Order: sequence, then C-alpha cells, then structure tokens
Amino acid sequence: MQETSSVNAPLLDVQGLSVSFSTDRGRVKAIDDVSFKVAEGEILSIVGESGSGKSVTLMSLLGLNDPKTTFVDGAVSFRGRHLLEMPDRELRRLRGKEIGLISQDPMTALTPVYTIGWQIAEQIRAHENVSKSAALKRAVELLAAVGLPNPDEAKDRYPHQLSGGMRQRAVIAMALSCNPKLLVADEPTTALDVTVQAQVLDLLLRLRDDFGSAIILITHDMGVVAEVADRVHVMYAGRIVEKGAAEAIFERPMHPYSWGLMASIPPIDGPRLPRLPSIPGMPPSPEAIPPGCAFAPRCRFARAACAERPPQRREGDHTVLCVLDAKEREELRASVLGEAVAA
Amino acid sequence: MVFAILQRLAQMLFVLFGISALVFLIFFATPGSDPAARIAGRNAAQETVEAIRKDFGFDRPLPVQYAIMMEKLFVSRDLTSFVNRGLEVVPQVMRAAPITLSLVFGAAVLWVVGSIAVGVLAAMTRDTIIDKGLMILALIGVSMPVFWLGELLNLVSQSRFHDTFLFSWVPGLGYKPFFDGPWLWFKTLVIPWFTLAALYIGIYGRVLRANLVETYQEDYIRTARAKGLSPSRVMIRHALRMSLIPFVTMFGMDFGVLVGGAALLTEVVFGLNGVGRLTYQAMLNLDLPMILATVMYASFFVVVTNALVDILYVVIDPRVRGN
Repeated sequence: MQETSSVNAPLLDVQGLSVSFSTDRGRVKAIDDVSFKVAEGEILSIVGESGSGKSVTLMSLLGLNDPKTTFVDGAVSFRGRHLLEMPDRELRRLRGKEIGLISQDPMTALTPVYTIGWQIAEQIRAHENVSKSAALKRAVELLAAVGLPNPDEAKDRYPHQLSGGMRQRAVIAMALSCNPKLLVADEPTTALDVTVQAQVLDLLLRLRDDFGSAIILITHDMGVVAEVADRVHVMYAGRIVEKGAAEAIFERPMHPYSWGLMASIPPIDGPRLPRLPSIPGMPPSPEAIPPGCAFAPRCRFARAACAERPPQRREGDHTVLCVLDAKEREELRASVLGEAVAA
Repeated sequence: MVFAILQRLAQMLFVLFGISALVFLIFFATPGSDPAARIAGRNAAQETVEAIRKDFGFDRPLPVQYAIMMEKLFVSRDLTSFVNRGLEVVPQVMRAAPITLSLVFGAAVLWVVGSIAVGVLAAMTRDTIIDKGLMILALIGVSMPVFWLGELLNLVSQSRFHDTFLFSWVPGLGYKPFFDGPWLWFKTLVIPWFTLAALYIGIYGRVLRANLVETYQEDYIRTARAKGLSPSRVMIRHALRMSLIPFVTMFGMDFGVLVGGAALLTEVVFGLNGVGRLTYQAMLNLDLPMILATVMYASFFVVVTNALVDILYVVIDPRVRGN
C-alpha cells in the first residue's frame, strides 16, 4: 500500500460532480456535489449500498449514460484534460485506451456471438493500428496475464463456454488491453462466488503492480475494500459522506453510516451474534433525498441540526460530512462498535 | 456445426414425410366420403369414378394408396386433374412456381434491406423526429392492403401516367420469364416487389427497432461503448447482430408461407399466374389432385425455409451450436 494522497497532479480529479436524470416528474438529482481524486497507481474504493449512486458517478465520467436523459455538471479532469467538455469523438479515443471499464456482471458483459479473443482484438484495433493477427496475439498474452489456463485455446471460446470467473478474467484482460492509466471496476466481484472473488482481487492487485494502472473499485462489500483499497470513499444517497485512507476508515470510521456498515460485518472470532446489527430503513430514492443530511432519517444520533447541510469535519486526510464533533463522535462510535474495532 | 446442419436436414425429411402422410389421410381417408368420387369432381360419370378407383388403388389398403399417390406426384408425375379434364397437375405447379419464386425472392430482398435500414436508422435516432417519422411511415406500410396499393400503382403506372416519362418503361401486366430477357423480367416485377414488400418493411422495421432499443440496454453494449468503439460499429457489429436472431425467425416463417401461395393477392392484382392463384382456382373448382399438389408444394417450402432458418441460427448464434 502506498501513501499517495499528496501527489501534486492527480490522475483523475473530479470536482463538484452532479448528475441528474430527467424523469416523468421532472429532474431528479442522483449525484450531488461529489469530488474526489485518484493518484497514479492508487486503488480508490467507493463503497455504499445499492442505489447510492456509485455506478452512476463512474458511468457519467466515461460518458456512458444516456445523454438525452442524464445531465452531468461539474469538472472532471483526467491527466489535465476535461472529460465532460470533450467531444464524443475524442472521449471515445480515451475510453478503452486510457480508461478501462470492468463491469459488474461478467455473464452479460461480453457480446455472446463473438469469441473472447475477437472481442479483445477488436478493442486493441479500435485504438492501435495493428494487424488482426498481431491483435489476436496480444489478446492471447493478455489472457495469459490474467491467469486463464490455455490462453491460446481460450481465445477461440465464446463467452457462454466459459465459467463466471473465467469470463471476469476475460473482461479484465479486455479492460487492460491498451494499458490503461485508470481502471474502473464496477463491482467486479459481486457476481462471483467467494473463492473466485479472492482470485479476482489478487489479480487486480497484481495487475496494479505489473501494469501500474490506478483502479477505482466500486463495491458494497467491506471485505473487498479491506483487502485491496488504499483509500476509501463512503457514498450515501448521491453524496460522498466520508473519505479517508483505508486503515483510517476501518480503525476510526467517522460517519454514523460507516459505523453501521462496519457493525454489519460478521465478526470472525468471539461468540456468535444472535442477530447481526443492521441499519434500519432503506436508502432514500433520488426523488426523496432530504435537503440536509441524507442519512439523518436512518441515523440513531440524528438531531435538529441534521436538517441543515452537514458541515465537513476533518482529521488530517480523513474527512466526513457530519455534525458530530470530535469528542461526541468518539463516544458514540464506541457505543456502536465497541472499544476495539477490528479492521 | 456440420453435424448440427446434417441433423437438421434429416429432421426436415422426416417432417416432410409426416406432412405428406397427414395431407393424404385428410384428403383420402376421411371416413364417410368416397375419395374416387371427390377426385372425379362434381357430376362425374359413374365410369370415370370407377376408373379412378382402379387407377388410384382406392380398393386396396391405405399404405398402398399412399404409395401410389406419392408415386404419381413425385416419380411418374402424371397426376391428372379431372375437373380440368386431362390436365396434368405437376407441370402446372412447375410452371407457376418460378413466377411465385421470382415475386417473393425480389420482395424479400427489398424488405430485408429496407427494414434493416428503417430499423437501424430509427433506433440510432431514437425519439427524434426522424425516428417518429419512420415509425409512422412503417405503420402506413403495414396498414395499406396489398390489393389496394397494387391497384393504385397499376392505375398510376399502367393508365394515368403511363404515357409520361415516369412510367413509360412499365411493361403490361403479366409475367415475363427471366430467360426471355432479364431486364424485361426485372421491369415487370419491380412494382409487384414494392407492393408486396411494403407491408413487410413496415412490420420488420418496427420489430427490429424495438429489438435494437432493447438490446441497447444490455451490458455488452455498454462494454462495447466502454471499449471506445464508434457508434456505427457498436450498432452493426454488436447490437444488430444480436437483434437479427428474432428477425431471422420471422423471415423464415413469412418467406415460406409466401412462396407457398400466400402472395395470392399480389399475384392476382398484377396478373401473375403463380402458385397462390393456382391454389385459389383449384379450391374454387374442388380440383382435389391440384389442391393436393399445391399443399404439398407449399408445405415443402415452409419446411425447407424453416430448416434454412435453423441452419442460419447455427451460423449467427454460437450458443445454438452446442459442444
């Protein structure tokens, strides 16, 4: 793990990103004023439950949302270039070449009627002027690099002939095919079983070291986060409520929502709990996000002040959007998570 | 893949046998009616009926009758009509078949090309004025009855504007064989092709657009876009390729049925003596041998095009291939 928070020019710098969708009942804001940075070679994890806007954030960076119904505001600079103002043609040259996408469900992420070798070669040829056979040869090397057994044979397989883990490896190989500076992984392990999950995470870590790509890892699985992330952003209802280094977030989470997430991880040792603590209620739908702290309706420690926009509090690099001050926070955290929090 | 194709062809033969047996049984083994009298037609002389009974073996067991009938249809090909005294049935069908095939083939080319163009353009310009305009046009194409559109085009091209430069090239109604002059053949058929294709361009264009719009929601389209492919490549290589699977199914059905005689209205309007018209006349006269022959012919084409469609599936969709 590396400390990268103080590199002067980040690879990706997102400032004040807001995304709204037009629906039958007018515009609905799904992402509200989200800012974050990713340094080269860093693994940033964005966590939050389903519907909190993690995927929407990243899709809008890549311009993959439907432009007719999605409105994106803010400033996104990637290696000094502004993604949001970029014409589609230029953005296309970036997508797949400098920013690779690993999508959530490997079962549906590949076009069923083409072999995986063909699909990887297609991406290489979209960005580089190489022959078909050279591209296919690269595809085989990539498949070998992501640990597919018999890559030479695997390149001629169709997606339905591969298992879920193998497909996800193929998707990762494809995302890596042009040595992207940034990999965007949208819940890459959610659709996989646990042993395969571990393999894929190891693979991502190894690839980060081999290829030097930064990774944005979207997940709702705190276990995954603990395993690979350098820094963690906790997202709730379209806002990033807490940012910090992974250790800090796991050792001293600052937002009551993060406490809830931590408390709901089953403990490995100690007596078996009769019931795992959970956060009561459901996350609000984008139309119903309260103007103040979005988490207040589900927060045990909510108070009148929560109806206002919460202030940002920081401890070094670790920031949080919450009214609780340092002293009260320590006490309340201890009441939720106990004295010693295991990361 | 080769095995899958061979298997499908073998299945086709089996289905054809089943259809022929079923048609035979319906026509000649229906209880309570004398098949010989039915073949002879209305008001036939008693001697004719007797002669037919002997000739077709209706006094012998059913399997023998079936064998004789098939022998007359496919081997000696001398099945004769008794309504139109002495007219051999098989040559009639063989004469009508190229006319229907010319008509339907040409229309099929038009409607496949036309509907793919309409569907792709509408899906790419979804919710814009172009999309809406195309969908309205397609709906108009679907709603125009073939006999009305055909007669209208005839009126314009054969009568009202025939003497102007626009339509002076249009030959008179009726079929001109391909081998007598391909250019004349083409000119005769252009208007019938458009007439027949209008309906199908409308239906297929709308269905294809709906399929494409649905396909665009799929994850693999997002993957394709995330790869940095151009919009046209995403459309043609990824979305269209997947959307063609239901398209091909529909095509197989419609094509088989049209070749089998469902192009009747177009044939009548343009004076083309194709299979549809032949069947229609045979029905009017209760010309049983002719009906038998055209039904067999029609089912043959339906079965063959369905087999071809299944083979096409194997080509376009690797998931059907099995291991």
